[in-house]
Amino acid sequence: MAPNHTIFTMLLAASLVIFAISCWRRFSLLSLGRPEDRTDDPGRRIGEMLRYAFLQQRVLAKPFGLNHFVIFWSFLVLAIANGEFLLHGVFPGISLARLPDGIYFPLLLVLDIVSLLALAAVTIAAARRTIAPPYPEARTFEAYFILSLIAILMLAYFGINAGKIAAMTGGTLNVALTWMPVSSRVAMFVLPAEGRYVHDISWWSHAFALFAFICFLPNSKHMHILTAIPNCFLRRFEKPNTLPMEEFTPENTFGVGRVDRYTWKDLLDSFSCTECGRCQLACPASITGKPLNPRGVIHDIKVNLLENGPSLKLGGTPLKSLIGQNGEGSVCEEAIWSCTTCGACMQACPVFIEQMPKIVQLRRHLVETEATFPEELLNLFENMEGRSNPWGIAPSERTKWYSQMQVRPFEKGVTDYLFYVGCAGSFDSRNKQVTVALALLLDKAGLTWGVLGKDEKCCGDSVRRLGNEYVFDRMARENVTLFRDRGVKKVIVQCPHCFSTLKNDYRQYGIELDVIHHSELLRNLVQDGRLALNGTAGDLGVLAYHDSCYLGRHNDIYDAPRQALELATGTPPVEMGRNRENAFCCGAGGGRMWMEEHTGERINITRVKEALEQRPDTICTACPYCLTMFEDGLKDVRAETVTVRDVAEVMAEAALR
Amino acid sequence: MLIVACIKQVPDTTQVQIDPVTNTLVRDGIPFIVNPYDTHALEESLRLKDRFGCTVAAISMGPPNAEATLKKALALGVDRAILLSDRVFGGADTLATSNVLAAAIRKLHTEYDNVGLVLCGKQTIDGDTAQVGPGIASRLGYQQLTLVDKIVDLDFSAGRIRVSRKLEGRHEIVEAPLPAMLTVVRELNRPRYPKVPMRLAAAAAPVEVWNNQVLNLEEQSIGLKGSPTWVSKIFSPERATGEILGDGYADPDGTAKLLIEKLLAKDMLPL
Ligand code: SF4
Ligand code: SF4
Repeated sequence: MAPNHTIFTMLLAASLVIFAISCWRRFSLLSLGRPEDRTDDPGRRIGEMLRYAFLQQRVLAKPFGLNHFVIFWSFLVLAIANGEFLLHGVFPGISLARLPDGIYFPLLLVLDIVSLLALAAVTIAAARRTIAPPYPEARTFEAYFILSLIAILMLAYFGINAGKIAAMTGGTLNVALTWMPVSSRVAMFVLPAEGRYVHDISWWSHAFALFAFICFLPNSKHMHILTAIPNCFLRRFEKPNTLPMEEFTPENTFGVGRVDRYTWKDLLDSFSCTECGRCQLACPASITGKPLNPRGVIHDIKVNLLENGPSLKLGGTPLKSLIGQNGEGSVCEEAIWSCTTCGACMQACPVFIEQMPKIVQLRRHLVETEATFPEELLNLFENMEGRSNPWGIAPSERTKWYSQMQVRPFEKGVTDYLFYVGCAGSFDSRNKQVTVALALLLDKAGLTWGVLGKDEKCCGDSVRRLGNEYVFDRMARENVTLFRDRGVKKVIVQCPHCFSTLKNDYRQYGIELDVIHHSELLRNLVQDGRLALNGTAGDLGVLAYHDSCYLGRHNDIYDAPRQALELATGTPPVEMGRNRENAFCCGAGGGRMWMEEHTGERINITRVKEALEQRPDTICTACPYCLTMFEDGLKDVRAETVTVRDVAEVMAEAALR
Repeated sequence: MLIVACIKQVPDTTQVQIDPVTNTLVRDGIPFIVNPYDTHALEESLRLKDRFGCTVAAISMGPPNAEATLKKALALGVDRAILLSDRVFGGADTLATSNVLAAAIRKLHTEYDNVGLVLCGKQTIDGDTAQVGPGIASRLGYQQLTLVDKIVDLDFSAGRIRVSRKLEGRHEIVEAPLPAMLTVVRELNRPRYPKVPMRLAAAAAPVEVWNNQVLNLEEQSIGLKGSPTWVSKIFSPERATGEILGDGYADPDGTAKLLIEKLLAKDMLPL
């Protein structure tokens, strides 16, 4: 059937109505979310959007990213051809051919070649999905359907042109051969007499593929075509190493127990997921067989929103609970408790979805509103509240580590630095050795520093990541008051969790502390010549460095510990397979330190095995939790000849001999 | 039906030191906690509330700052929190304390048609006498069921309770008519964790304070005057000097062996 503009116009109108209704249905659900401001610094936002949405910087970080880059840009370029097609279908008078030849011919060339590139890219995408999908569940009907639609669009594009070219002769044919190389090659298979049929069939195929695409898009994961760009624009600039504060007034609700307690941006995130699976491939919980899958969490939020949306819009209650074991659309409790808050998911996500804070919000609901949580945590919470440390040890024991040495109390004007020792450094027998090593190094470098002794309190990191915001809020306020009263400005810490909490979380409480992690401080002291190294720590053998999540991903400190180790040993540490921003968690963050790990392989074992692939003699950490996790893991895999050392201990080997 | 949970604010004993001069506990700056055994009594009362819809009152005798303890009880879900506080109650031994608590419960009797159960922790961690619960029971004429680790059966309409008592190496199932006073052990239950909305509500909710004008007890039966016992001295026994065996960090297996040998030699390991 020859192109029929009336039928075309009617079908297009119908598709656009379906498109508009579907978009409205989804986007109007965003208004159910709580308010959140994401409009600060628009200039920077535009820059980031160009970088990440248009130049696809994060997409390109993985091998198949290039393929997506090609599809994305083809999509933009071919929008010209598809726009013309739609307009021409309705108003036959409109055509690109009316452009001057000097523009029209090169444009034809570009469209012809880009169509071929796009066809190749979707073919590769389909093949990859079949042969080696990013994750097994990625082989969905939806994915293949959309890829096929794109392929049909491209083939039909060639068909339309080839149909026309087949009937051409003389000068016009020569122009076509020059400016439409792909289409004219296709035309070689078309007899002049068949040109018309080929053209008509292709034209309708193109039309139907386009209509199907328009109707299907807002109802599928390909919604990301509409939302990914705004999602990059609306990304959070601050690293999500802090969580939003809660206001403890009786009329408030705490955490997220139903989908409309998320903010509109959280909900937009759920519509922006491309289901690429990069987050789950980076997630230590998913990899080691826990029921947590960050992609799944985002998907469940979306499904839950779509299911409950209509009722919530009318002011009703949710029909499907967000937390629980109700299949798709609900997140099970074990998944919620499996997260180590390592941030690998957020680092991997090409469209800046913030998975981890959404999980913590669910924890908040469980802890604060329901008071249900894994058994082990009851003691932890009570110890934190009662004695301000995870073990419930008497605060007076905080001074025990320096019973054999001279340590001053921190005093404003007398001591420059507060050495905030932290709970592990104060109470854990292995980590106390690190504390002592660091204290000796500080003395050797001639720094004046003091401690709070028995007045020191836990920073509250674990309770915050575990969702016990109420207790964290109290602990933070107490600490901030203490720091203010004592006139604390510069703080040395040896724990990345203390580091991040004091530096980032406490800022929400109005205090800007100059917090320095010991790995940075020690490196600086050596580089500035203030801390002399007497020898090297070379006898530690091959040394592998493990990035702590809260030092690395959450605070971008990757080089300082490596440089410190290089200064101490004379050689840079060897790198594990996954390192720096892609490093794999030790398993202890997010309060997981205090919980049992029953499902799947233990995260620390996975990481220890990865470390052992480099055949190190010493594994070096910069975090008390990592230190514990590695020592335990090495015992479990019976690799007892390998030792674990903190950066400070390695430095001490070189400086204090 | 009213259930009364008796709770006490105690100093966090892991942090308590003894003043060698005055022979008293140094309480300055020491945080207070709810007596751990009492938290189980409280929890059981709340479970009975959940099950039978009873009213739960938490009562505590102590100085004004013991209000914090009762706030915690409110945050966990008790309906009433009553602080028995008066200077004349101070310096009480277990006899005088049980007089005050019993009087308060008696007064609650007049407000509710029925006081079914009184629950106490088996003892407090500061005094360790385990006498107050039984004292209350005798003064009120209630059945006393001590060291309860399980309520096997409770029938309010028939007025009977059957409990399991945890004794040295055995359990005893006993049945008694109501009203009864139970002292409970840790194995009874796992205390709940307060929900934030309840904590916030508790912060605003009032703790009733009853002084002796309310209870109207004779001064001879309360406080210092009503206490036939008094503490003449508190001290920490000298610890015999310890010994560090081996190097547990460098050689955990060897050190464990050393320890086992040592214990075996002293016949301190059951084999
Ligand atoms: S923060 Fe880490 S553990 Fe949690 S979901 Fe993301 S990748 Fe998984
Ligand atoms: S959340 Fe981000 S990384 Fe994970 S599947 Fe979706 S788009 Fe990919």
